[in-house]
Amino acid sequence: MDTLIALAGGFAVALTWQNLFFALIGSALGTMMGALPGLGPANGVAILIPLAFSLGLGPVPALILLTSVYYGCMYGGRISSILLNIPGDEPAMMTCLDGYPMARNGRAGEALSLSGYASFFGSFFATIGLAILAPQLVRIALLFGPAEYFALFALAFATLGGISSTNQAKAAFAAFLGLMLAMVGVDTQTGTPRLTMGEIHLYDGIDFLVVIVGLFALSEVLIFIEERHGGASAQQAPAIGRIVPSWSLVRHCMPAMTRSTVLGFLAGVLPGAGASLGSFIAYAVEKKVSDRDGTFGKGDPRGVAAPEAGNNAAAGGALVPMLALGVPGSGTTAVLLAVLLAMNITPGPLLFTNNPDVVWGLIAALLIGNVMLLIMNIPMVSLFARVLLLPSRFLMPVVAMISFVGVYGISGSNFDMMMMVLFGVLGWALRKLDVPLVPVVLGVLLGNEMEVNLRRAMTISDGDWSVLLASPLAIGLWSIAIAGFVLPIFTGAMVKRRMKATAVAESAIAEMDRGD
Amino acid sequence: MSDRIFGGLGLLFSIFYIWQASLVEDSFMTDAVGPRTFPYILGAGLAIASLIIILRPDAGAHWPAGRQLFELAMAVAVMGIYAWFLPAVGFVIATTLASAYLTWRLGTKPATAVLFGIGSAAGIYVVFKLALGLSLATGPLGI
Repeated sequence: MDTLIALAGGFAVALTWQNLFFALIGSALGTMMGALPGLGPANGVAILIPLAFSLGLGPVPALILLTSVYYGCMYGGRISSILLNIPGDEPAMMTCLDGYPMARNGRAGEALSLSGYASFFGSFFATIGLAILAPQLVRIALLFGPAEYFALFALAFATLGGISSTNQAKAAFAAFLGLMLAMVGVDTQTGTPRLTMGEIHLYDGIDFLVVIVGLFALSEVLIFIEERHGGASAQQAPAIGRIVPSWSLVRHCMPAMTRSTVLGFLAGVLPGAGASLGSFIAYAVEKKVSDRDGTFGKGDPRGVAAPEAGNNAAAGGALVPMLALGVPGSGTTAVLLAVLLAMNITPGPLLFTNNPDVVWGLIAALLIGNVMLLIMNIPMVSLFARVLLLPSRFLMPVVAMISFVGVYGISGSNFDMMMMVLFGVLGWALRKLDVPLVPVVLGVLLGNEMEVNLRRAMTISDGDWSVLLASPLAIGLWSIAIAGFVLPIFTGAMVKRRMKATAVAESAIAEMDRGD
Repeated sequence: MSDRIFGGLGLLFSIFYIWQASLVEDSFMTDAVGPRTFPYILGAGLAIASLIIILRPDAGAHWPAGRQLFELAMAVAVMGIYAWFLPAVGFVIATTLASAYLTWRLGTKPATAVLFGIGSAAGIYVVFKLALGLSLATGPLGI
């Protein structure tokens, strides 16, 4: 009941012309960014944050704009997966497996609309799940002291490294690097400058927006330049055909969507996992459950519905720990956390009591945005499919220039822009070496908060390190953290490696089956 | 091999970082942990991760060579020069040049690239400065 009242209040916040306008713009931009290979949710949102910040948007409209982009990307990614067999962003990788064969069989329109419904189904119920689960999690979070928070941050890094990386050492490297960067600047506890090497510009610390835009957006531009990949993804407007799926087809896929939504949501809530994991698990489980005649990988509609419901549900699920605990569940939610921090809003349990308008306005806006996205992604899908005709030789320079505009807007200093170029090069090198970038960003974002909690716990205990393991809750969090990081080494079941392997193997099989 | 070099660089960086952290001075305010401890822990963590990367490297990464490397270096240089001279030159001129360069190197014909440079700079100027009121760098020409 409380939730319903709060949600009604949220609708009152979201239903202003300005906020509806931002939800609409965000959904449209998100669908386009998701559809374009090379621009995904993390770098799409990354480019827009400094802009939202420099435009002086309030926290509610800014958050609505950026989460609409995030949800929109989850919808848009499937367009190029289905039409071209190129995932528009990482979570859409699994949609290629059955979506592209469906398109080859002349059912592109059906695949697009079915996956549109699946996306809607997944994100709608995940948003409802967010509204129900987040306040419960807040109650648990209120039991957390500094020592538990410190353990929780460690847990986020550990599961992020354990589940989503192919090499634990590199994930740990990335996390430590990010945390180390966060230490630069004046120490919040004692006021001494640290690790600045006398550079005045660094006294304020390294701006996390600069790091994020450099690592995510500029490094992508550099990859395109290196490969001199300047062409468009599609040569001609893709044929789509009939876009209304028969009711029996939707009903046929309903159990798949329901299962995938639940799995995707749970995968999203898990700190450190996120949408790619959601779509992978959804597809893998659906294949186990329903693939009796070996139709998966050859254009089974359930193989299209499952990963799409899964990744959209995971996107909603990933917002739960981000809003309730201040610990993001994925790369993009880490970037959204940056938005909150840039707006001087501290996520976590207090967010729900101090800024209920932000939380519930956001949730209401997501529900509204979802309807907008459904309209954009089914009747208007052929319009959005046309962005695939945009050559990256025009797109990438614009991405680079807008990144500069955003960062210049924050501080107006060329020091920050130089730093951004530097982080662009660093991000490019780390990508080449298979070092994940998300832990770096998470480290930069959470570093100070993590240290503050450590030092608070130690101040309370008067310098006794055993305080970190003093409560059962803390011990539990550390055990999960260690298990989440170490177990994948022994089981060898690192999801990302398997995801890549599955995607490669199955598309190879599909190629052979088609005989071309 | 590139993983071993990478691990080595990580190790050097962690030593440098720990050294820099040891130079942090105490202020009149103190707490139980102090400003150096957490950086020490992080530096040590990075060193351990680097050692593991050195001992158990992945298969080598594919690095660009020759022409490709030159293209990349030039693009980075152009962005660096752009970042440095933007406030002095002004947004429209700097962006026209940088954007034309990047699209040219991605395969656009030179004449089209110049037109695209002018178009993209003007477009961003109109959208962000005139429509949204964002502050862009103003050069001697006022644009």
